[in-house]
Amino acid sequence: MAKYLLIDFGSTFTKLTAVDSELGDIFATANHFTTVDTDITVGYKNALENLYKTIGHPVVFDRIVACSSAAGGLKMAAIGLVEELTVEAAKRVCLGAGAKVELVFSHHLNSSEVDLIRQKKIDIVLLAGGSDGGNSECVLFNAHLLAKANLGIPIVYGGNKSVQDEIRQIFEEHHVNGHIVENVMPKINQLNIKDAREKIRELFLKNIIEAKGIKKIESEIDKVVLPTPEAVLRACELLAKGYAHEAGMGEVVVVDVGGATTDLYSISEPTKRGDVIITGLEEPYAKRTVEGDLGMRYSATGILKALTKEEIMMINLEKGIDIEKEINERNSNVAMLPSNQKEELIDRLLAEMCVYKSMTRHAGKMQEIYTPMGMVHHQTGKDLSDIEVVIGTGGVIIKSSDPKQILAKTTNVFRNDYELRPKHPLFYIDSTYSLYAMGLLSEFDPVLALKIMKKHLTQV
Amino acid sequence: MKSIVIGVIGADVHAVGNKIIDYTLTNAGYNVINIGVLSSQEDFINAAIESDADLILVSSLYGHGEIDCRGMRQKCIESGIGDIYLYVGGNIVVGKQDFNEVKNRFLQMGFNRVYPPGISIDMALADIKNDLGE
Repeated sequence: MAKYLLIDFGSTFTKLTAVDSELGDIFATANHFTTVDTDITVGYKNALENLYKTIGHPVVFDRIVACSSAAGGLKMAAIGLVEELTVEAAKRVCLGAGAKVELVFSHHLNSSEVDLIRQKKIDIVLLAGGSDGGNSECVLFNAHLLAKANLGIPIVYGGNKSVQDEIRQIFEEHHVNGHIVENVMPKINQLNIKDAREKIRELFLKNIIEAKGIKKIESEIDKVVLPTPEAVLRACELLAKGYAHEAGMGEVVVVDVGGATTDLYSISEPTKRGDVIITGLEEPYAKRTVEGDLGMRYSATGILKALTKEEIMMINLEKGIDIEKEINERNSNVAMLPSNQKEELIDRLLAEMCVYKSMTRHAGKMQEIYTPMGMVHHQTGKDLSDIEVVIGTGGVIIKSSDPKQILAKTTNVFRNDYELRPKHPLFYIDSTYSLYAMGLLSEFDPVLALKIMKKHLTQV
Repeated sequence: MKSIVIGVIGADVHAVGNKIIDYTLTNAGYNVINIGVLSSQEDFINAAIESDADLILVSSLYGHGEIDCRGMRQKCIESGIGDIYLYVGGNIVVGKQDFNEVKNRFLQMGFNRVYPPGISIDMALADIKNDLGE
């Protein structure tokens, strides 16, 4: 018998989703431009007005919670020692915490890299390096350099546990807002996400949203509880696993094509096969990757960069367009919405390319190796071939007249059989854009969140 | 505690010896980082850097050891662990070759210890104790 209001303070829009627990469903949605640059509460109040208009009268909500990716989201720098090991582990922690990984550094830092942290206005630094009992020289060097730089932002140390005391001392000496967490890679190839992720979330809620002027909204609502991508990740996880007697949908892949990035989430075991040999850093069950160079508007030029001259020529010939011109137009006018069939077709084409490329990077690879003992299957990354559910979200997919075409690009359309993409999934869209909201709702009513998600996912 | 990275190099999936080496060295009091089968030179080196290892013990059982191990010392030097001990053992070359010649080739490639087929890990263990000074 409760009414909940779930909010996403996005970079462009403030989105509201109103849920009635008695009805067991969403009963209204509304949005308005985000106004974090001036006063975040203005945009919220306008969105709320819109919501009341839709409903026909004001509503008293029992609980109002929000997630946020406004004001640049949560920008992080991931630092480790070896690229394939602690650097990758640190990166995955940041992505799992819903951050944008703006900078990635390996080995000893230099002063220009530290300057970049300042220039790029990084919110939190995650410093890793060394397995437990392993290399400590590098993290100590990097901690010194970062501490001396007086960056004025939180630094989370998730490296070799053997030098935690020394690191703490460095932080104290230089008055750094430093935090010690469990090693993100305690043993070679073993990933340990949870502790670091929790700390990042805590810092986001305590420091970052305050610094960005988002915390002000807490005079109007109960609380900002998560960065938006983490809310989505939680929703995906709930949807896959189910909760108590309410069954989930099994392993899922979620694709979110936005203006600036393409995000991919896979909730699945790395493999179900017993006849493969897996090497490399452990893969997380709930994995998120973000492609900062693949997006519909701000990052549209990245799509162009990923194409060869020959491919560009082929696209132009086949589709009868000038893809370079179209992309540059979209990049210089980021607010552009398709106004005719041709423009929609081009947007769909761009979305297809974003989805295809981002899945290439997200999915694992399988190699067949002939050895004196016969053929063996060597896997790196996650095997998504058995995934039965692929869900699309983000404006370009939800609003497309043919979302299936876009989502189909997650599968092996070009027959690169070594890529472990979903083989024969069913496609769904998050038609009411409610994944983030259900991630928020799952914090206090997971069964209701799950029911609503299942109801609103539309098969295409 | 001294750390040793072990694994089987190249397209080689012989896992039994690898497990025996892991067991023996762990029991002897070493911190063993076992990267398993199908490991590349880079996998060994990366693991050695992160774990600050003192020794890399490469196994190769399928005859292609010489190709797989070529240039490994140079890569260690480039990676800042040029002084690390490199051991290799197993069936490291194809066919019946004079082991002394084989051994010399591997020593020239920068390996510190080279073991013929069929020896017990205990023999290597004595060398490890000697080299690592324990």
